[in-house]
Amino acid sequence: MAEVAKSVITDEMHAAIGKEGPPTVLEVEKTNCRMFARAVGHTDAIFFDEAAAKARGYRGIVAPPGFLGTPIFRPGGAAGVPGEMGGRGFSVPYKRVLNGGTDYEYFPDAPDGDVICAGDAITARTKIVSFEETEGSLGPMLITKRETVYTNQHGKIVAKMYGTVIQY
Amino acid sequence: MAQVHFEDVKEGDEIPQLKKNCSTQQLVLWAAGSGDFYQIHYDKDFAQATGLKGLIVHGALKNAFLGQLLHDWIGEAGQVRRFGCSYRGMDEPNQDILCRGVVTKKYSEGGKHFVELDVWTEKPDGKKTSPGTALVTLPSKN
Repeated sequence: MAEVAKSVITDEMHAAIGKEGPPTVLEVEKTNCRMFARAVGHTDAIFFDEAAAKARGYRGIVAPPGFLGTPIFRPGGAAGVPGEMGGRGFSVPYKRVLNGGTDYEYFPDAPDGDVICAGDAITARTKIVSFEETEGSLGPMLITKRETVYTNQHGKIVAKMYGTVIQY
Repeated sequence: MAQVHFEDVKEGDEIPQLKKNCSTQQLVLWAAGSGDFYQIHYDKDFAQATGLKGLIVHGALKNAFLGQLLHDWIGEAGQVRRFGCSYRGMDEPNQDILCRGVVTKKYSEGGKHFVELDVWTEKPDGKKTSPGTALVTLPSKN
């Protein structure tokens, strides 16, 4: 890896590593589960039909893989989108940003975890895991990794999201 | 699909492929379903003004396709524990996106039966656009 000429990681950024940002609430609703599932092209009835989901042992319509609830939109305010694209907050001399990718981890097992279902209210808390600087074909880059923890209304950890943002 | 069991799977196996082809309408549905209303995915003038050739498919939608790939394979008794990908290459609407997965490891631990996979989306020419990994649990026949 080539040496980066000048680091853009400030003391403020260093200090932010590992610190949780403010929580965001996400609502898991039947309509949104269906909309997400429909957009992806899912065919499993548990994402669309409450009776089918309950017959398979779920509390309600199941949130499809990758759907962790909808942030609460308020006109004139930040939607409070958790995860990699939310709450960047740091001034960095790169104008361009790319979403580098996302990993989802699920904790479906009782008693400490659960499957995310319609009716759940999920609280998301994000922290920066690392900053990395590198030099690539696009020039110098700052790679920021974040981790978001999702807990439901019963305090159970139901998911984690790992996001990578590339600024260059 | 009949329920797949841990014993049915071996390293190197490829799981059933999932072929997608997004219309621009599907990208609009995804914008609404995901809350990502970035115009490069549905407004061609806007996309081209940013330097893109045309509309591109949301990376997160391709990630969700990989979620479906896994969900459909593991059956009712399986669980997706982890999945995701890097948004490396761009895909465009009205072009086939092939979702694929290959088993890389299987092991039992704590009474559960885990299968690790490489998963990815690829273009018609075989170029991998979203390489990633996954972890699922499957039921055992025993």
